Amino acid sequence: MLEIKNLHARIAEDGTEIIRGLDLTVKAGEVAAIMGPNGSGKSTLSYILSGREDYEVTEGDILYNGESILELDPSERAAKGIFLAFQYPVEIPGVATMQFLKVAMNEQRKYRGEDELTTPEFMRRVKEAAAELKIAPEMLRRPLNVGFSGGEKKRAEILQMALLEPKLCVLDETDSGLDIDALKVVADGVNALRSPDRAVVVITHYQRLLDYIVPDTVHVLYKGQIVKSGDKTLAHELEAKGYADIIEAAA
Amino acid sequence: MNMQQAIKMTAAETALVDAYTAQIGDLPGDGAVLSLRDTLVHELKTAGLPTRRVESWHYTDLRTLLRAVPSADPSAFADRVDPIVAGSTVLSVRNGEADLKSLPEGITSRSYTESLLDGSAAAGLAVLGSDDAIGRINGGLVRGGLEIAVGEGVELEAPLEIQVAQSHGQAHTRFPVSFGAGSKATVLERHLSTNGDASFVSSVSDVTLAEGADVIWIILQQQGPADTHLGQIRFVLGKNAKLHVFVINAGGRLVRQELHGRASGEGADLTLRGINLLGGESHTDVTFTLSHDVPHTTSSEIIRNVVFDRAKGVFQGKILVAQDAQKTDAKMSCNTLLLSDDADFSAKPELEIFADDVQCGHGATVIDIDHTQLFYLLSRGIPEKKARAMLVNAFVAEIVEELEDDEALVEALEGVISAWLEKHA
Repeated sequence: MLEIKNLHARIAEDGTEIIRGLDLTVKAGEVAAIMGPNGSGKSTLSYILSGREDYEVTEGDILYNGESILELDPSERAAKGIFLAFQYPVEIPGVATMQFLKVAMNEQRKYRGEDELTTPEFMRRVKEAAAELKIAPEMLRRPLNVGFSGGEKKRAEILQMALLEPKLCVLDETDSGLDIDALKVVADGVNALRSPDRAVVVITHYQRLLDYIVPDTVHVLYKGQIVKSGDKTLAHELEAKGYADIIEAAA
Repeated sequence: MNMQQAIKMTAAETALVDAYTAQIGDLPGDGAVLSLRDTLVHELKTAGLPTRRVESWHYTDLRTLLRAVPSADPSAFADRVDPIVAGSTVLSVRNGEADLKSLPEGITSRSYTESLLDGSAAAGLAVLGSDDAIGRINGGLVRGGLEIAVGEGVELEAPLEIQVAQSHGQAHTRFPVSFGAGSKATVLERHLSTNGDASFVSSVSDVTLAEGADVIWIILQQQGPADTHLGQIRFVLGKNAKLHVFVINAGGRLVRQELHGRASGEGADLTLRGINLLGGESHTDVTFTLSHDVPHTTSSEIIRNVVFDRAKGVFQGKILVAQDAQKTDAKMSCNTLLLSDDADFSAKPELEIFADDVQCGHGATVIDIDHTQLFYLLSRGIPEKKARAMLVNAFVAEIVEELEDDEALVEALEGVISAWLEKHA
């Protein structure tokens, strides 16, 4: 589903190279964890996948279902089924959460040539998904992410993911700032979306989240490259020994 | 008539004086009113319209900007339109002529023309100062309007819409409105054009709030793209009176809306919110002065501007705190979203404080679309054009939402804003 080939990318503004020859393949149905120390390029990778214009790809390619997505803008990538759950969801005062959800769902449907949802159908879907994630209706009446606690913001991200039904889900440090109860709710939400035709990329600094969202593969990112790949035991190894050994072996 | 005429009159000045001369004998008023009119027009003739050399008109050089004034057409007729909030009580003034109708219990109104004729309007016709060009033009030429009184303790359930509609030509209207002690009301002062022909409109509202009155006053300016709109609201707040003034400019070619108020009773509270939606080649000026006359009064002002194309906007806000007005709390801010390289906005906040124990502050910002917010919306599959429109809308909708107690009103105003943005974005 996702094939990243010899990817090099830099910050557009100052030319700093962050991703330096990254290769990664994630198959449909797979949950891949990307771990790495601070500054290894984890968040940058998530932004590049979703098409943020602050970064420039200088070499290599990203294939999604066999096609390069480098020329697509973020909204087209989203409409094709790529979803990024933000590490820091953005507050937008003046945009009502419900209005935002409806516009996002319908714009994606329009892009794919599907009919827009009727209001009752939209309401039904939101209500169901919100209940699963223990999101109170009052929260949905507030402006988008405004006044949400850290945990509420992360749950709102997963709600969006559930409603938009993407094919490739990228979770950027979704565990940061969550207490254990919130972590479980979020993990349950993600696990509910696991399916043979959907891939999930979990970007995380700690192994903790991976106890709840158990990955099929684990990849260690360091200085913009994948330096080691393995199965879920690699995450436990990292938790016990830290990154130092792997980094040394790679260097 | 006057041998010492100081200036060579511009086409617009000549047209205004001619409009007056042509209507002599026809303009309503008793002796006092007529002589006052004469003085005002004489001042206009000798001093001319204000230029940038007059401090309060520095950013709106009316003499240069007002190139033409359409002549008054007594046969002009504007259609009535539906009120902005369904179920409102509508009082309409079409091309300067008021329709009187039965009103809910507790409100009375009469035609302002009658007040001119019996002379009771004379005192209110005085200008606020030598730079009060709007008061001068309006006082010289006003023909009609409405005098409205909301009785003591009356709480109006439905909003009152004062609908001032104009098809073309000129209209000069006045609205003295008093709110009795403890009364509660929402008033929409709505100015609109029923077609695209040029109009020249002046309108002065004179609003007084007695003790404990609680009023929302919305000025919704939706003139046509060729229109000149000179508006003014004067207000005086009594003890514990609470006034929320909301100005929305969503039309007009040359617009100046002045707001001049006094917090004259302890505990008085003023909220000013303004939204300027500016596009095309328009010039729009909101000028505000508030005098905190007595201790323990509060005010808060937020102006949000969205500027497209080659439009120009101005906000001048001046808060005066009198020497014995201790414990005044006043906060003013003006935020502008410039959406074109040729768009222009000037903000001039001023504080004049003579008391020593007060909290006053002001700030002005100019911003662009927030790129992180834009990326967030794009990343959810919302196309860029739509995402930008949502963010522009959000920038102004945020302050409309403060009126959340009245859902129908919020929805109506949001509708006006999104309709305007859809046309211009």
